[in-house]
Parts: sequence; structure tokens; C-alpha cells
Amino acid sequence: MFTRQRPDPSLFPRLLFFVNAALPALLLGWDSFNGRLGTNPQEYLIRTTGMLTLILMTATLTISPLVKITRSPALLPMMKVRRMAGLFTFFYAALHALSYSWFDKELDVRLIVADLLRRPFIFLGMFAFILLVPLAITSTKRMVRRLGGRRWNLLHRLVYLSAIAASVHYYLLVRADKLLPLAFATTLFLLLLWRGRDWSRRIGQP
Amino acid sequence: MLIKKTDDIASSEITPERDYLNRRNFIRGGLLAGTAAATTLLYRRLAVPAGSSRPVTGSSSTGPTSNLTTDQGESSTSFEDITNYNNFYEFSTSKEGVAARARNFVTRPWTVEVTGLVKRPRVFDLEELLRLGVEERLYRFRCVEAWSMVIPWLGIPLARLIDQVEPLGNASFVAFQTLFDPQRMPNQRTSVLDWPYVEGLRLDEARHPLTLLSTGLYGQPLLPQNGAPIRLVVPWKYGFKSIKSIVRIELTDRQPKTTWGDYAPDEYGFYSNVNPDVAHPRWSQARERRIGEWVMRDTLPFNGYAEQVASLYQGMDLRRYY
Ligand code: HEM
Repeated sequence: MFTRQRPDPSLFPRLLFFVNAALPALLLGWDSFNGRLGTNPQEYLIRTTGMLTLILMTATLTISPLVKITRSPALLPMMKVRRMAGLFTFFYAALHALSYSWFDKELDVRLIVADLLRRPFIFLGMFAFILLVPLAITSTKRMVRRLGGRRWNLLHRLVYLSAIAASVHYYLLVRADKLLPLAFATTLFLLLLWRGRDWSRRIGQP
Repeated sequence: MLIKKTDDIASSEITPERDYLNRRNFIRGGLLAGTAAATTLLYRRLAVPAGSSRPVTGSSSTGPTSNLTTDQGESSTSFEDITNYNNFYEFSTSKEGVAARARNFVTRPWTVEVTGLVKRPRVFDLEELLRLGVEERLYRFRCVEAWSMVIPWLGIPLARLIDQVEPLGNASFVAFQTLFDPQRMPNQRTSVLDWPYVEGLRLDEARHPLTLLSTGLYGQPLLPQNGAPIRLVVPWKYGFKSIKSIVRIELTDRQPKTTWGDYAPDEYGFYSNVNPDVAHPRWSQARERRIGEWVMRDTLPFNGYAEQVASLYQGMDLRRYY
């Protein structure tokens, strides 16, 4: 029955985000199931999950600048989407790292470590991924309370370091035609710039 | 319960709110369906696996077949894979995108100018080249990106063409050049690489019996994505040495410029012989993914042709001359 209690305004944005962020994984799973991954399925899986990670990561970092710059009350519930967005980023990054470790290195730790030390782009990718792990672990409400908002916020600034590493990772691995990696790096740079200004302004406040 | 009862009675007041809610639900449903459709479409457009863009032609799985096997008992990679997964930056930097964008590439008439330090420089029409005698050869093909195929080429031994023009005594290298025509090769309008694509071989490499000027594969003329109408095939070198859609061949006394070598000299050497012991900064070359296989296999020195070609490099430090 209908009650007058207002439902959580972030419920619908979260549903919307969930559906759209989960769809690529479902489509990828569907294509895998049907063997429709093209000539080099292993490469296709590594690349698609890598690209999805970067897209999700960029989307996650865009939310709060978007809400704050537009100051639109209609967009305010989007702030509550960030946790889920971050977790999706982590989910795709884990799929990506697993695809690489499995398909390129047959889960052989020695091969992976050798590659890490030898190839800067692999090192940066792994670095970007490992930074996301503590953020995913501390994403629950309980962890926010346990850490305290301030410390939690500081910790979660690591996402910017992760994003920088991920952009360079992408830039280094493209053979030629660096347009798309540069576009991502520029977007990220602008987001970081805005963030930096936001932080310094808040520090200036009493 | 009491409130509910009041609500039921005052139906005139609740109706507008219901309408409002209905409208909101309608919009939300639309948003959900709309964005989901958009995401799916976008995903389908951007994450295209190789082969899914080819035109549907009757039965798709029954491509041409070949009964040849290599010296190591390997059989051919499928025609579909060979023709839908190509590095050909003149059309697209995406291996999956080349076939569709090259589909309407016109390759007749076509001439190849053979010039430089030769007694009889000449412009050959493609038909003349074909008359030099086309042979079928099944070769392993190893890309620098650590994937490989087995391809039943049709082609003319390059030595036969070189004999036709009679090299001068001081000729020691051969330079090759791809067509430059941004109208027909649309990606040449970008500056992804320094066009036209150029490659080179030492003269003795060029005259080696394994070196082929290919005009076809699987018994058919080359498709545009594979370098139609005529391309180089040097099976013991990384694939980028095997330059496509050749219009000019020049014999010289100097080591020719190569496109990838100019782009990144420490990554792509002039020789670029397949060598599991010399890693590329981006790819370990110790193993390769044979298209159609799940687990990677070990890469062989000179791509398995060491017996035939290793003598060409006697006394050379292959780490230095990579
Ligand atoms: C947050 C972390 C990461 C992000 C955002 C990311 C992003 C990307 C992107 C955008 C690509 C290119 C996809 C394309 O060409 O379309 C890529 C490729 C790749 N990534 Fe990552 N990556 C991350 C972590 C990692 C990790 C942890 C590894 C492995 C240790 C890794 C290994 C690779 C490899 C090997 C490729 C190359 C695929 C190929 O060219 O065949 N990445 N990544």
C-alpha cells in the first residue's frame, strides 16, 4: 500500500547506474558463452575489460564535480551512486587483471612478476589495480564509520593516483594513434585540477 | 489503518498524486529502458570482435580450405580469421576494423615500379608479375604483437623479379613502398604513421628462396585487408616487415628507412627477425598465441626457419641487430 514516507531519492539513480554498468559484463559473458569473441578471444577479453575499467573509473570520478559544478538539486542523489560506481570499477579491473594473468601468463606467478619488473605498462596497470583494493575493502558504511570521515576521505584520494597510473598504462601500451589515451588523460587531468581547487578552497575555510 | 481509510474516501485528492507518480514511474521506466538500449548499442558498436562486421554471405563457416601442412605438421589458420584480423594502419588501427574499411579498395589497374641500382628499371603491370609464375607456400606468420597464424600464400619468389631487372654490382639493399593515396586509403589522412609505409631488406634476404611477393592466399587473389594486390612475405621476420599493397621497389646501396623503425627505433629494428631471446619493450617475444589455440606456444628462432636462413646472419650479434 502507498505510504507517505518519501522513498530514498538515490534509489532510482542507483538502479539506473547498476543496470548500465552491469550490462557490458552481461554482454561480454553472453558473447563468451556463444564463442563470439572474434579471432583472438584472449586479447579481446583483456582489452574490453581494460577499456571498461577506464570508462567506469572516469565516470566515477566525474560524478561529484558534475554535481558540484551544476549545483543541480536534481543531480544531488547522484552522489550516492559513487560507491557503486567505484565498486564496478574495481570489479572490471579485477576481471581485467585476471584475464591478463590467466590468458597471457597462465596464472604463473613467476611469469607475472618477471613481466611486472620488465614492462612499465604492466607495472603501472598492476599498481593502479592494487591501489583500488583498499578502497574496495573500505567501501562499506561500517568501514567509513570505523575510519572516520576524514581519514576515509584521505585514503580514498588514492583513486586519483590509481587513475593517473591507469592513464599512463593505457598510453604506453598503444602502439600508435595515441589520441584516445590522450583524451582519457586530459579528462582525468581536468578532473584532478578541479579537485585540487576544491580541496585547497576547503582547506582555506575555517 | 486510519490514514488509509481517509485516503480511500478522499479519492478526489489522491488521484492527482497517483497521476504524478504514474508519470514519474513512466519517465523512470523510459529512462531505464532508454539508457539500457543506448549502453547496449554503444557497447555493440565499440567492442566489435573480429569477423562480426563481415557481410553475411550464405554459409559463413564454409570458407575455402587447404590440405597443405607445414614442415612441423601445422595446418592453415581459417580463411575467416586470416581475413578479419589484420594490422593495416592505412585503413584502421584496429585489427578488427580493417576488413570493413578496406572492402571497396580498388586494386586494378596496378603497377609496380622496380628501379634504382639495376640495369633494366621497369614498371610492371600486375598481370606481367603474375606471369613470372605463382607458387603456393604454407608459411607461419608471426606478428610482433605476439600472435601468429599459418597462411597458405600464393606468390612469386622475389628473386625471380629481381633477376628480371638485373641488379648492379653495388646494389645491396631493397626498399619497398606502399601505395600513398588518402582517397583510397582513408587512414592516410591521419598522421598515425609517417606515410607512405616503407620497408626494406638486405639484397641477400630479398633473394632468399623463402621470400615471396604474394598475390593471393587460399588459392584466391588477395583481399584488400591482406595487402592486395601484391605484398611481401618474409616468413622468418615479424609481420610488419611484410609490407602490403606495394607500388615501388628500389635497389640501393644504403640501408633503407623503415616506417616502424623511424617511429620507434629502439622497438623495431631493421632486421626484426623473429627471436624469442630478444624482447620487445612491450611484448616478451618468448611465446606467441597461435590463432585458434588457447594456451600460448613457444616462439621459435627465425620463426622456425632457422635451418634455411640462420646462415644469412652468421657472425652477427642478433641482440644488437634486432
Ligand atoms: C585500474 C586498472 C587498469 C585500467 C584502468 C586499465 C586499462 C586498460 C586499457 C584502457 C587498456 C587498453 C584496451 C584497449 O586497447 O582497448 C588496457 C590494456 C591492457 N592492460 Fe590494463 N588496465 C588496468 C590494470 C591492468 C593490470 C592490473 C594489468 C596486468 C597486470 C593490465 C594489463 C593490461 C594488458 C596486458 C593490456 C594490453 C592488451 C593488449 O593490447 O593486447 N592492466 N588496460
